[in-house]
Amino acid sequence: MDTFTAIVLATLGAGTPLVFAALGELITEKSGVLNLGVEGMMLVGAVCGFAVAADSGSIWLGVLTAVAAGAAMALVFAVLTLTFQANQVASGLALTIFGIGLSAFIGLGYTSVALDGMDPVRIPVLSDIPVVGPLLFGLDPLMYLSFALFGAVTWFLYRSKAGLLLRGIGEAPDSAHAIGYPVIRIRYLAVLFGGAMAGLGGAYLALVYTPLWVEEMTAGRGWIALALVVFSTWRPGRVMLGAYLFGGVTILQFHVQGLGIDLPSQLLSMLPYLATIFVLVLISRDINTIRLNAPASIGQAFHPSN
Amino acid sequence: MRFRRRPTRLRRRIRRRDYECLRGAYGKRCTLALAPPGRFAWLLSVMENGVGGMTNQNDPQVVGVAPRLELQDITKIYPAVVANDGVNLQVLPGEIHAVLGENGAGKSTLMKIIYGVTKADRGTVSWNGQEVEIANPAQARRLGIGMVFQHFSLFETLTVVQNIALAVEEPFDLDGLARRIVEVSERYGLPLDPRRLVHSLSVGERQRVEIVRCLLQDPKLLIMDEPTSVLTPQAVRKLFETLNRLSSEGCSILYISHKLEEIRELCHKATVMRGGKVTGEADPRQETASSLARMMIGRELPVCQHAPAPEGGEPRLVIAGLSRTSDDPFGTDLKDIRLTVHGGEIVGIAGISGNGQQELLAALSGEQPLDPHQTYEIHVNGESVGNLDPAARRSLGLGFVPEERLGRGAVPAMSLADNALLTAHRAGMVKLGLVAGAQVRAFADRCIETFDVRCGGHEAVAKSLSGGNLQKFIVGRELLQSPSVMIAAQPTWGVDVGAATTIRQALIDLRNRGVAVLVISEELEELFEICDRIAVIAEGRLSPTKVTAETNQEEIGLWMSGMFPGVEDEPLPDRQELIDAH
Amino acid sequence: MRIRIEPRAQPSRLMGWLSPLLAVVLTLVTGFLFSAFLGMNPVDAFHAFFVAPVDDLYGLGELGVKAAPLALIAVGLAIGFRSNVWNIGAEGQLTFGALVGGGVALWAYEMEGAWILPAMILAGALGGMAWASIPAFLRTRFNTNEILVSLMLNYVALLCLSYLVHGPWRDPEGFNFPESRLFSESAMLPVILEDTRLHAGALLALVAVGLGWVFVKKSFIGYQMQVAGLADTAARYAGFNRKRMIWMGLLIGGAAAGIAGLCEVAGPIGQLLPSVSPGYGYAAIIVAFVGRLHPVGILLASLLMSLLYLGGESAQMELGLPSAVTGVFQGVLLFYLLAADLFINFRIRGATPQGLRSPSKPAEASS
Repeated sequence: MDTFTAIVLATLGAGTPLVFAALGELITEKSGVLNLGVEGMMLVGAVCGFAVAADSGSIWLGVLTAVAAGAAMALVFAVLTLTFQANQVASGLALTIFGIGLSAFIGLGYTSVALDGMDPVRIPVLSDIPVVGPLLFGLDPLMYLSFALFGAVTWFLYRSKAGLLLRGIGEAPDSAHAIGYPVIRIRYLAVLFGGAMAGLGGAYLALVYTPLWVEEMTAGRGWIALALVVFSTWRPGRVMLGAYLFGGVTILQFHVQGLGIDLPSQLLSMLPYLATIFVLVLISRDINTIRLNAPASIGQAFHPSN
Repeated sequence: MRFRRRPTRLRRRIRRRDYECLRGAYGKRCTLALAPPGRFAWLLSVMENGVGGMTNQNDPQVVGVAPRLELQDITKIYPAVVANDGVNLQVLPGEIHAVLGENGAGKSTLMKIIYGVTKADRGTVSWNGQEVEIANPAQARRLGIGMVFQHFSLFETLTVVQNIALAVEEPFDLDGLARRIVEVSERYGLPLDPRRLVHSLSVGERQRVEIVRCLLQDPKLLIMDEPTSVLTPQAVRKLFETLNRLSSEGCSILYISHKLEEIRELCHKATVMRGGKVTGEADPRQETASSLARMMIGRELPVCQHAPAPEGGEPRLVIAGLSRTSDDPFGTDLKDIRLTVHGGEIVGIAGISGNGQQELLAALSGEQPLDPHQTYEIHVNGESVGNLDPAARRSLGLGFVPEERLGRGAVPAMSLADNALLTAHRAGMVKLGLVAGAQVRAFADRCIETFDVRCGGHEAVAKSLSGGNLQKFIVGRELLQSPSVMIAAQPTWGVDVGAATTIRQALIDLRNRGVAVLVISEELEELFEICDRIAVIAEGRLSPTKVTAETNQEEIGLWMSGMFPGVEDEPLPDRQELIDAH
Repeated sequence: MRIRIEPRAQPSRLMGWLSPLLAVVLTLVTGFLFSAFLGMNPVDAFHAFFVAPVDDLYGLGELGVKAAPLALIAVGLAIGFRSNVWNIGAEGQLTFGALVGGGVALWAYEMEGAWILPAMILAGALGGMAWASIPAFLRTRFNTNEILVSLMLNYVALLCLSYLVHGPWRDPEGFNFPESRLFSESAMLPVILEDTRLHAGALLALVAVGLGWVFVKKSFIGYQMQVAGLADTAARYAGFNRKRMIWMGLLIGGAAAGIAGLCEVAGPIGQLLPSVSPGYGYAAIIVAFVGRLHPVGILLASLLMSLLYLGGESAQMELGLPSAVTGVFQGVLLFYLLAADLFINFRIRGATPQGLRSPSKPAEASS
């Protein structure tokens, strides 16, 4: 495998957890709910997935557990913000803090466990084509799943009535309520989907990408996913673009060292975070872009009696 | 699934009965049941609802017909208020039935109960003689109830057809739906482009979207909540034509309003509400405006004392060619606005909402400060204030009552005392950066007492007050700071009649003391009642002013659709002089 | 009968005080169930967690040692939170304050003088403020979300510190461990209670609570920031300067966190390490909320949170529970608090379709 193919593969791998988490958060935010707990949901997803995979020996059982665990975390958030009308920012922060603690607690016995990871799908013949082969036909199954989910989310948002409704609820929950839609119930579903996707992102990290369990192994990826949603101006296509861009930046730090450029590793490790700030500034500069694209009711509690 | 079956069986039974009834009436075989629903809606309605729907086109009140809708003993209690208290109501097929009452009488709550948005705590709803429980709007629509909301239930960033698709229960086919929208909107004279984004529509067009959305589902009962508040007098005429036509086709209409003349003109019957209760039923065509008013508020409509304006006031507020691009992507740009308000007069600006009022107010109040090079476009008491913030403008004598009471004019979760501090802090309430609590409370108490604000004292939080009392507090807070220029936006919007009179009288008294008053309102009646001169804002342009006594609602209404003569150059202070004065 | 959540006409003051207590009680109950679930005696667990750490003077001192930075940071954060300025970068500001203030200490190595400590505290505050000024600038100038920026900067600050203690500032006699020299005596905060580690930083925290109270409850700018937090449009209507509030909110939070960071390295730690905080910057967010964003409440909440930290450590030693339990319970506590806050603005009502109460007789049908 040549270097180019290797770099692209590594970039895709580093970007995929972000794809899952950011697509999930995109749907959550489209419904008008801001869940800042992505980091916590990813971590709990990662550790639960890893633990089950290590104990049962089945990677796929681990993936399913991670999805369920992410959704369970999101359920806590949904109950707080949707049923108990709690502040979404505070609840999201609480979820992240809780998730960090909980994942460290669950993961105690698994820090030195090794997993085999997930074998790439190798379609015979096709995957042997130089460059294109491994990139198109030799990826791991979860990566194909991420492409499928991207397609599904795009179709849902722009081609289905349910997606139209979701956008409407994020835009004007009062209108949706007035014409008879159960705003709270639909927001619950959106938040749960976001949690399941974050769990999946965590699972990818712990079961495929590394595959290891390390405390706080997401290292801010949940927050980067949140930033990606803003960067994408709430459009799935740009989420993908942004995720792989960040994958590339993450990979860059390893290759810079490989190229013999002598920079302290800490400075290189800062790159993804600094890049996040940089793109956020770029996209937020034009206030109208945000105002036209952001779901108008984002972050605001909705109570049907008003 | 379960409740769907019952109405079907019921329908079949009714249909059979009326079919025979029709045969009797026409004496021949009748196969109308096969006709498409849209074209023979009225006939179907006859078949489903009894002959009353047909024979009573001019006067639906025929004896012995099952009412389309009947409410019995409807009661709804909110934590602070009994919104509906044992309300009974009957609407006949094809009847235009007014529900009349002032703000806070419980009309909107009642309509929400009928449409299934809110659940009643007690009472029964009957539909075509059959008791039903309307659990949600979707079920209401299945029964044949449509509702046009006062504050529209539309999604701004979606197109017309997307908006409508969300409210109809049929397979998701936007192209087919768009064709039907065009069809229906043409048939009823409500032109609409289904592909346009809602935020680009005027309020009148938005109302059309809501009406067409209802019509697509062949409603048997259409609820209209204060529909004329967003229309010019001319557009009101057209709306009435549409409503009369629907009525003649057998559709009942519940018409919510507090405008007495409209109800007398349009409606067959009126139910009057006050304080959540029904206080009377009447045939509005037989009543006078004042007899309806007595039922509505329990006494004569109060009138403000309004003497002619004193002569020769000085120009206090001068707007000299103000243009600006709205920074709201859905907003209206202001184009060369010129206006002078003198001390001792009230100038009114009429217009349909969304024509630049928000932008004009924000520019005048300073909430959107002008660009530095536009400094000289706004003057208060001879000083150019274009680039000053709201607090600095207040120091120069500007008082401002915004349209939104909760969240802008007052902080909902703060006490009245804290809300007094919001704008009145200049009056000795802050010393060395610290708040002087005693002064704040004294000011709030004075405001509460002077303006008869009914509340639990200065510790009551703003959101616990009724709209009228909070508005009196806000107006009072601004007045007690002795402004020399007062700007009020929709000062009596959503306020009960008593508070509205108090507020209007306070503005007139202010004028009599030599203050320049500018009132921006969508209610023509209000402007004609209190203003000395009137101008109109349309699509961001301001008309010339007219002396109120020399114009009428028809002319101003025409101007509201943008048809007004160009503005003559008002005498403005010399620009260079102003620059030199700095 | 079904349960309904209804808005109250007037927020309940009683619930404002009760809901933190309710949250604490529910957290304790959860802890009981949790320890029973793990097969422990809940009473033993309770003792290990909440009694054992503070049953002697040294323990009480430790309570103060951990509560001080939490209270200091939380008071600063609360001022921003009240005006909807969501600074969640206190951890980074703490780190950067420790870095700058610690830098002064290293620069003044083996010097003496009464000016060193004040200079370090000032440098710590400035370091925290400098770090907080980045999100403030980006928010006011480019409208960039301060939550994400301040959070990202946490990681960057940690990496800065890590670079310095691995490289330029590494102790030359430290056997290549990633840590700086030990600060000299005059660069250390004095201990104020003998036989404990309680240092003068605790006094600074108390001063901050006092100043915070005046700022929040008495000052006009504090009032303005509260208005902006509750109703942004009203603040604009009144002519309050939003940008100034964003700057103040972030800078005050940054200064407090920076001082707290400095107090850690000049107090219990005594040198610069790759990590100078066990997550105080995050825990302080919880402290701020549990303390109702009110300085006095924050003081109490910081003691509680400090006890959770100590309890976690003690549970690790006595029960073999991992210290991660602390993070779990911090999160649970905040969950319960946020849920209990519902009762301030809403009340639960059971209602049958026919209504439980009938306020008046049915009205006469018509006149």
